[in-house]
Amino acid sequence: MKWFDYAAPASLSEAVGLLTAHPGARLLAGGTDLLVQLRAGRKETDLVVDAKHIPELNAISYDAARGLTLGASVPCYRIYKDKNVTGAYPALAEVASLIGGTQIQGRASIGGNLCNAAPSADSVPLLIALHGTCRIAGPRGSREIAVEDFCTAPGRTVLQPGELLVSLHLPPPAPHSGARYLRFIPRNEMDIAVAGAGVEVVLENGRFRSARVALSSVAPTPLYVREAGEALAGSPVDEASIAAAAEIARKSAKPITDMRGTADYRSHLCAVLTRRALEAAVLRARGKN
Amino acid sequence: MHTKVRVQTTINGEPQEFLCEPRQSLLECLRDLLGLTGTKEGCNDGNCGACTVLMDDRVVTSCLVLGVEAQGCQITTIEGIARGSELHPLQRSFLENAALQCGICTPGFIVAAKALLDQQPNPSEDEIRLWLANNLCRCTGYDKIIRAVKQAAEQMQEVNA
Ligand SMILES: Cc1cc2nc3c(=O)[nH]c(=O)nc-3n(C[C@H](O)[C@H](O)[C@H](O)COP(=O)(O)OP(=O)(O)OC[C@H]3O[C@@H](n4cnc5c(N)ncnc54)[C@H](O)[C@@H]3O)c2cc1C
Ligand code: FES
Ligand code: FES
Repeated sequence: MKWFDYAAPASLSEAVGLLTAHPGARLLAGGTDLLVQLRAGRKETDLVVDAKHIPELNAISYDAARGLTLGASVPCYRIYKDKNVTGAYPALAEVASLIGGTQIQGRASIGGNLCNAAPSADSVPLLIALHGTCRIAGPRGSREIAVEDFCTAPGRTVLQPGELLVSLHLPPPAPHSGARYLRFIPRNEMDIAVAGAGVEVVLENGRFRSARVALSSVAPTPLYVREAGEALAGSPVDEASIAAAAEIARKSAKPITDMRGTADYRSHLCAVLTRRALEAAVLRARGKN
Repeated sequence: MHTKVRVQTTINGEPQEFLCEPRQSLLECLRDLLGLTGTKEGCNDGNCGACTVLMDDRVVTSCLVLGVEAQGCQITTIEGIARGSELHPLQRSFLENAALQCGICTPGFIVAAKALLDQQPNPSEDEIRLWLANNLCRCTGYDKIIRAVKQAAEQMQEVNA
């Protein structure tokens, strides 16, 4: 690894100051992407700014009326051990326990998963399905943006020089709602998704009141499939509605062929995973899981 | 001018200070600066778990931690697992079950397994396999390792009963 300096700012304003003064600086959360990439020479930096001592980035808070605020650098193991998360957002706890293995979960954050902007990032489809928003701080103050608008290309995000992701916000779960993320990997653990689907459904009188579907690993960025949710809204909760939404997901995917799978295979997986994730989310919304 | 950083930590219960380059991993600091060579390097990219250590209350791969991040932390390495000259039950059961061949993965498995047993004294086979999914072994085929962890858990519970 090339030489870099290290700073551990204790406040948001100090961090923004450092990032603004050093355009080549990189933020360090759990380092499970960043340190691998620096070592492999895929990224370079002259200053690593440790995000974990900034209070706003390291806190989880939940309020039944306002929802969840998840600091960008909170590691996965703290997320799935958090009683509010397991109670109100079980699908988020599941995703946090799916990224890597025990050791990776001791370090890896959801903020890092999003900012790394890999198409395969496992948490991102679920964050999109759960109406997640990003709070961003920078030299010109702070702004909010929907998670589905955050990644712009592989490895690229909307963050401007001097900006960082402070936290992710999820609204409180609606009554009779359920969410689920499912991915396909060739092993049981520790692999990169060939494809993945994150969904949320809200049910009302035997119909979908609303639904959201997003996919991983099948486009240059995590992909929000708005039309799938729109097709479900108002439809009866049955096999035909779910199959129609799964077909929309399949058609929306723009996968590539690589060593993990062919484009055709990935499209097929999108339909299967969307259907299964919707079925699981419906069960959860009915209080059956 | 590149400046090194002085890091103060506690390693295996003892205060330790070292001077490192910010780019050096905790793994390099342990092995090359402190002579704690029990922690092994396998892949150097987070996949194999050979470099596993405990950092405060969490299990981490020390190749993906910067030495400077250890400032103020409590680190436990394989050298801190035995109680004096008495082996930890996990170390004994790894020997008794022949849960190693070349041994390069063993320190990582033992440190990770200890963290599991500290929080879950009676894990199922599935729980052990899932917990240890971030540790790779090219020699044993895993079954003996899982058996060793199970046996250590049973022995530790008998002692505590
Ligand atoms: C063995 C192994 C297994 C893995 N398994 C999975 C898996 O199953 N699923 C999966 O999705 N990923 C996996 N990953 C990838 C990685 O662990 C995840 O993407 C993780 O969530 C990254 O989080 P981090 O905190 O380690 O990020 P870091 O590596 O610290 O940061 C990632 C990137 O985001 C930037 N960044 C971090 N925080 C901020 C912020 N607040 N604002 C702006 N930029 C920021 C960093 O500068 C860097 O470019 C795996 C990695 C390894 C090594
Ligand atoms: S050497 Fe650290 S995980 Fe392999
Ligand atoms: S004993 Fe050789 S890798 Fe595990």
